[in-house]
Amino acid sequence: MEPGEIHALLGENGAGKSTLMNVLYGLLQPDEGEVLVDGRPLNAKGPGDAIAAGIGMVHQHFMLVPVFTVAENVMLGAEQVRGGIAGFLDRRRARRQVTEVSSRYNLRVDPDAVVEDLPVGVQQRVEILKALTRDVDLLILDEPTAVLTPQETEELLGIMRSLKESGKSIVFITHKLKEVKAIADRITVIRRGRTVGTASPSASEDELAALMVGRTVNLTVEKAAAAPGEPVLEVAGLVVDDERSVRAVDGVDLTVRAGEVLGIAGVQGNGQTELIEALMGLRPVLGGTVSLAGQRIDGWPTKRVLRAGVGYVPEDRSVDGLVKEFSVAENLVLDIYDRPPFGSGLVLRPDAITASARERIPEFDVRTPSAEAAVGTLSGGNQQKVIIAREMSRPLKLFVAAQPTRGVDVGSIEFIHRRIIHERDIGTAVLLVSSELDEVIGLADRIAVMYRGRIIGMVGPDTPREEIGLLMAGITDAEQPGITDAEQIDAEQTGAADGSGAGSAATPDGPATPAPDVAGSEDNNP
Amino acid sequence: MTDVNEPGTASPEKIPAGRRPETEAVGVVGEAGSERPVAGSGDTPADSGGTPPDGGGLTDRHGGGRQLLRAFVHNLWAANTVTVTVLAIVLATLIGAVLIVVSDPDVLATWGYFTAQPSDALNASWTVVSEAYANLFKGAVVDPAAVQAWANGTGGWQPVFAPISETLTYTAPLVFTGLAVSLAFRGGLFNIGAQGQATIGVILAALAGFLLPLPPVVHLIVAVLAGALGGAIWGFVPGFLKARTGAHEVITTIMLNYVAISFLAWIIVQDGVHDPDRTDAISRPVDGSAQLPRLLGSDLRVHLGIVLAVAATWAVGWLLNRSTFGFELRAVGANPDAARTAGISVGRTYALVMVIAGALSGLGGANMVLGSTATALTPLVIAQIGFDGILVALLGRVKPWGVALAALLFGALQAGGNRMQSYASISLELVTVLQALIVIFIAAPALVKAIFGLRAARAARLSTSMAKGW
Repeated sequence: MEPGEIHALLGENGAGKSTLMNVLYGLLQPDEGEVLVDGRPLNAKGPGDAIAAGIGMVHQHFMLVPVFTVAENVMLGAEQVRGGIAGFLDRRRARRQVTEVSSRYNLRVDPDAVVEDLPVGVQQRVEILKALTRDVDLLILDEPTAVLTPQETEELLGIMRSLKESGKSIVFITHKLKEVKAIADRITVIRRGRTVGTASPSASEDELAALMVGRTVNLTVEKAAAAPGEPVLEVAGLVVDDERSVRAVDGVDLTVRAGEVLGIAGVQGNGQTELIEALMGLRPVLGGTVSLAGQRIDGWPTKRVLRAGVGYVPEDRSVDGLVKEFSVAENLVLDIYDRPPFGSGLVLRPDAITASARERIPEFDVRTPSAEAAVGTLSGGNQQKVIIAREMSRPLKLFVAAQPTRGVDVGSIEFIHRRIIHERDIGTAVLLVSSELDEVIGLADRIAVMYRGRIIGMVGPDTPREEIGLLMAGITDAEQPGITDAEQIDAEQTGAADGSGAGSAATPDGPATPAPDVAGSEDNNP
Repeated sequence: MTDVNEPGTASPEKIPAGRRPETEAVGVVGEAGSERPVAGSGDTPADSGGTPPDGGGLTDRHGGGRQLLRAFVHNLWAANTVTVTVLAIVLATLIGAVLIVVSDPDVLATWGYFTAQPSDALNASWTVVSEAYANLFKGAVVDPAAVQAWANGTGGWQPVFAPISETLTYTAPLVFTGLAVSLAFRGGLFNIGAQGQATIGVILAALAGFLLPLPPVVHLIVAVLAGALGGAIWGFVPGFLKARTGAHEVITTIMLNYVAISFLAWIIVQDGVHDPDRTDAISRPVDGSAQLPRLLGSDLRVHLGIVLAVAATWAVGWLLNRSTFGFELRAVGANPDAARTAGISVGRTYALVMVIAGALSGLGGANMVLGSTATALTPLVIAQIGFDGILVALLGRVKPWGVALAALLFGALQAGGNRMQSYASISLELVTVLQALIVIFIAAPALVKAIFGLRAARAARLSTSMAKGW
């Protein structure tokens, strides 16, 4: 690593990227070999040593205290104290520090906002801020974009560029090729715990993908034209609140036909999650109707909806999709455990559960040591395949997939996409929600764009990305030629999402001038 | 530990190279597995059971008897459940020995001139400690003197089995309350209310025992079921509140404990319940027809309760692992969000879990008044079985057969403690201290590991699998 370099670490799930970085950050001890920092061997026994050596890390799953404010989170672990031995927390100084660092690197954050109220992208900014206030030279970002919307990703890339200009080095762990190409100075590809190659960002995506998985990967989704049949899912005037009783879905009308994929595109937090949870009976429907094959299903309990022939891949697999302590076999029957042959009445048949798992594990290419292994020990992609296998192995009328490939490696993405198209081809209606615009465009036969709880546009898959991007930003009339006022759209988006001011962006007093940089990148990528 | 993970994570393509040793390892896995139930934890599926066979299989790649032995020792010294439990008991006994010495003024006095004459202090300490623990053993397991007397024909067989009988008598109710806490715990609920549930159980069982004029067998069944019903009602309340309002079960069960204990104190002195021949707070005795029959004649106290306890252990084991409700319960306990998404009704499961846990506690309570420890209600009739049940559940690692074994240990300590108190003049409270120390060491496995320098078998595997994430 050189100072002021962005080094991308690319690899499939389970390739060993995170393990390597955890060693760097002192969370794990190496069995052999050593790590050199400025020519001296680093012997980090814990994160404290690593921070002292100038290494900071932003974890994929944020390490923030949800009920603390931004300033409190930033000072956590290095609390500012005054009053000598009495040790009062100096919140004011912490605030000042946050404001100072955030304006120096153009990381707009309100120091008084409570972290749990902030959107994911801003929470991540807080994590970066936290590392920066510790004066680190090397920042490790572990899959930072896995949880971000395209816009937030763009902002993050902008932040990374400005950090680079101020001399910080960044290790960027990811398996998203596009981002790597956009930002990295050097790319190291890891496969099964070994470095398999170093590439420059000029390498093509296909080359990188092949290096990553060890074979050539088909990144575009091949599919025949859809043959839509009868309407399966009909949603009319649906109104749903989120858990804070704020209107999240505000009068949505949708129809999904048999044998077609309806993709819902949109920046995350515009009601997609609530819409789907309402369809599944996980969230009360406050108004409007939901019908499955002509039958009203709103108000049904989840079990009945699932039994009626709806397959559901939840957005957050580790929270809603899987019981991590359960074996792969048990997770494969999580919603049909009480149906023959797995169980009848009070009797459960573990043998039948294991037998069916043995069949489905190879069928869905789940890489697991055994059917009895706890699902939490599998990599993200394989966990997702367990969910896909579970939902697709019963006869379906409707398949609802939310972020089916989030945090999943390239090889698994390809597999999951093929299964979804296969499901469509056998006549299932598919409702796909994804914040990856590429995924929606690649899979969907029709695309509905959701913005602030409403469907503000219904377009075909051949619509240019820019147009969909504008719709996602809530701009319906195509009067504006391109994005002339990126700043304004940006402000509107963050304003809508977190309510925190965008004012600090106007005062770039650090060495870098990132504002135009951000705007520039917005031009490249809608 | 990296090598332990290798056969698991090895890619399918790599198999030709790794296959052979692996098949050999399977044999070892089988053997190691068969050792384990004997060692004490019959019911250790996923977590602890998985690790040692793995490790054993690998260290033993090349086969051979010595390798096998080494693999066994290797596993033995890994921080698995059984090893930690045994070492926790050893540590607790050692600390108990120190307490015995310190609490005896005569022995303590000999330590005053330790430098002048160390043998005095050592001898005195050894005598008092060994006498205490010998009596603990004689009271809980078997008294060699009684065996000898029986062999010589000077004594009957009863004294030989008396200690075991006592142990089992104390064990039975603890099995029920331990299961009640464990079952709720597996369903994601911390049931502190076993005491209250057992209290209501003992009240209803006793009332049915002396108020209902029923024929012998029916009377017993009705009384036992009344106990279960009482506990079930007392368990349903916090379960229902949790399901409907989200009220935390720890708070509600603790509060209901107070209500139940006060209710017991109140009902004992009511007309029709209070024993008219007595002035103190004691109820009428339970009819003979409602008492659990003694298993080994009237001289030994062991009664049908222990059989019911074993049956309950089996039933809970079946319910957890081989029933659809058990699946729901475990899913809800491990991840309520995923369970809900998969269509399982979380609230219904919570309520049902607490009903069953309450019924188990109620059965434990029924044991206390229908068995041989007491035949009438008093304010202290159930002693601490509810709270001890929490300790038993922790010691038994919230698994049914583990709970049964833990209850057996606690029952043995109780029975032996009685003899220790009368023969060696060591306070019964020492037993309570021992029980507490064992559970503390169990609850802090890291401490046991550090003291004995155990390999961190499971923890290492856990962290590697966590780090494997991406």
